[in-house]
Amino acid sequence: MRDDAAIVVQDVNRIYKVRGPKRRSDPQEVTALADVNLDVKRGELFGLLGPNGAGKTTLIKILATLLLPSSGTALVDGFDVVKEQKAIRRRISMVSGGETSGYGLLTVEENLWMFARLYGLDNKTAKERIDSMLKLMGLADRRRTKIADLSTGLRQKMNFIRGFISDPSVVFLDEPTLGLDVGAARDVRAFVEEWMDDRPDRTMVLTTHYMAEADELCDRIAIIDRGRIIACDTPENLKRSLKEETVFHLKVAPLGKRPEANEHRIEAVHGVRRVSTTEVNGHTEVTLILETEEALAGVIGHLEARGSNLLSLEKQEPSLEDVFVRMVGRSLSVDTSQRDE
Amino acid sequence: MYTDNRAQGLTLFWQSIWARAYPRIFGMLRERSWMFFDTFLPLLGTLSYVFVYRAIQAPEEYIGFVVVGGAMTAFWLNMLWSMASQLYWDKDMGNLELYVVSPAPLPAILLGMAIGGLVNTTMRATAIIVVCSLLFAVPYEPGSLILLLMVFIVTMTALYGMGMLFASVFLASGREAWHMANLLQEPIYLASGFFFPVRALGFWFATFASILPLTLGLDAMRQLLFADAVTLRFLPVEVELGLLVVSSVVFISTAMLALAKLEERGRREGRLIERRR
Ligand SMILES: Nc1ncnc2c1ncn2[C@@H]1O[C@H](COP(=O)(O)OP(=O)(O)O)[C@@H](O)[C@H]1O
Ligand SMILES: [Mg+2]
Repeated sequence: MRDDAAIVVQDVNRIYKVRGPKRRSDPQEVTALADVNLDVKRGELFGLLGPNGAGKTTLIKILATLLLPSSGTALVDGFDVVKEQKAIRRRISMVSGGETSGYGLLTVEENLWMFARLYGLDNKTAKERIDSMLKLMGLADRRRTKIADLSTGLRQKMNFIRGFISDPSVVFLDEPTLGLDVGAARDVRAFVEEWMDDRPDRTMVLTTHYMAEADELCDRIAIIDRGRIIACDTPENLKRSLKEETVFHLKVAPLGKRPEANEHRIEAVHGVRRVSTTEVNGHTEVTLILETEEALAGVIGHLEARGSNLLSLEKQEPSLEDVFVRMVGRSLSVDTSQRDE
Repeated sequence: MYTDNRAQGLTLFWQSIWARAYPRIFGMLRERSWMFFDTFLPLLGTLSYVFVYRAIQAPEEYIGFVVVGGAMTAFWLNMLWSMASQLYWDKDMGNLELYVVSPAPLPAILLGMAIGGLVNTTMRATAIIVVCSLLFAVPYEPGSLILLLMVFIVTMTALYGMGMLFASVFLASGREAWHMANLLQEPIYLASGFFFPVRALGFWFATFASILPLTLGLDAMRQLLFADAVTLRFLPVEVELGLLVVSSVVFISTAMLALAKLEERGRREGRLIERRR
């Protein structure tokens, strides 16, 4: 067992069999993870960044022993997720965004107490921890509220407390700020940072499709797309990989439908590396990654020739979003899940 | 964080039972109107049988049979179904995932679900016995109280095993299992001799129905409560008690194996994480 590795993932694949609406039809296979390799060091706050459908949740659930890999091996705290799930379950916890867990008729306090007991905490310790964490999360005045009466934000804060109440060695957070308002999301992030700062031997894996969140919180980030890890490094290094290139953000009059065709046309302009476009309230936002700044003139010329005038233009320090665009040629906000519903 | 050892394992088992029973018990107590319907609606089924037996002038012992049958079945069916049905809701709400991820043993969680349900079934059973005994002169002539208690508890234990077996099927399957369980409910009522002595259906049928701990338990309870029941009995009480002990052991050990196997299968097929979509 390697002491510095809290999580080791080797050649993990996961295939889902999905049945269509017709019972008879053969199940379709969806590859959610393909040859994933990762190491997370003890003490690290590790991020999995990728668009919807990238396979983040699948990887989390495999590490949390809820799902088996179709092939490959994964260790958490040195224990095998396939065979040593019992040992792993004593050491981990998991919180997902948009959770509907808990019992609506019980109060915040009661729900937390219940889960604390499932982790073997004695009554006194459970009550003390619930107390202090409710205060820390600013939920102390809601301790006797039935959780059915809580807002989404407060409920998610409660879920958060639940995830930390057992003082876990490895914590999995799957899109922890999903659906939260700005304030609640900020509180949650602050809590995460503080918890990790106070406990240098604990490890956290966090998934998100908000690049700012990953950038702000994570020591290292794996960028994942369509089941594959396409890069894994510190946020600084990932962004530095773009230093040679120049990133511009443009707002232009709507380019019309078929974004892929638009992107291809712009990419054909000399000196353009990657382009991604997103439609936002009546205009199109274009992220341009250029080999040199001079290529910008060509792009603007091309856009004007197509009758789409420039609304604004910004040169920016590269963000993780740009790193993603550079690597994948697509924006992080594009949903890539392949569910046939 | 803590380490492995037997004492801690037992503590965790014990704690998990009560933790999971808690929402069932207190959630219930907070919804008084449910409590009312839950207690008094099932009375109607038992009452209607009593009236039917009166109308057709069935032997008077049958009335006592129905009352005891109604009360015990309320208890015991709770053991049988509550785990599977709660597991179904827990899965849907996302609680099951959290239970599986936690170190709490699943058999303890399941037992907690069943025990949580005992509060309202106790009220239901009490209502049936009290109301019916007041309305009709039920000729109780209890024999050994100790045997009565033993039969009751051993039947519960066997049903816990059987209920756990059902619940484990839910872990690895989807909604279909839920519908199956609902469909099975009627035949089980019939086979267990809920409303009449099981012997009335013939020796071979009774033997077959004895796979259900409910059948033997009910037959033994009736013998212990009514002196006349001996003539209507299926097997002597001692034999029935022995068989119940055997079926407890068989059901619980099979259920433990099935639970482990089907959890594994659920993990492989992704059934633990799917929701109604
Ligand atoms: N239970 C499931 N059954 C079938 N397909 C699934 C299931 N869960 C996820 N998928 C598919 O696997 C891929 C990865 O999904 P997921 O891991 O949820 O991605 P993410 O969390 O990054 O959004 C998607 O294409 C999704 O549609
Ligand atoms: Mg996800």
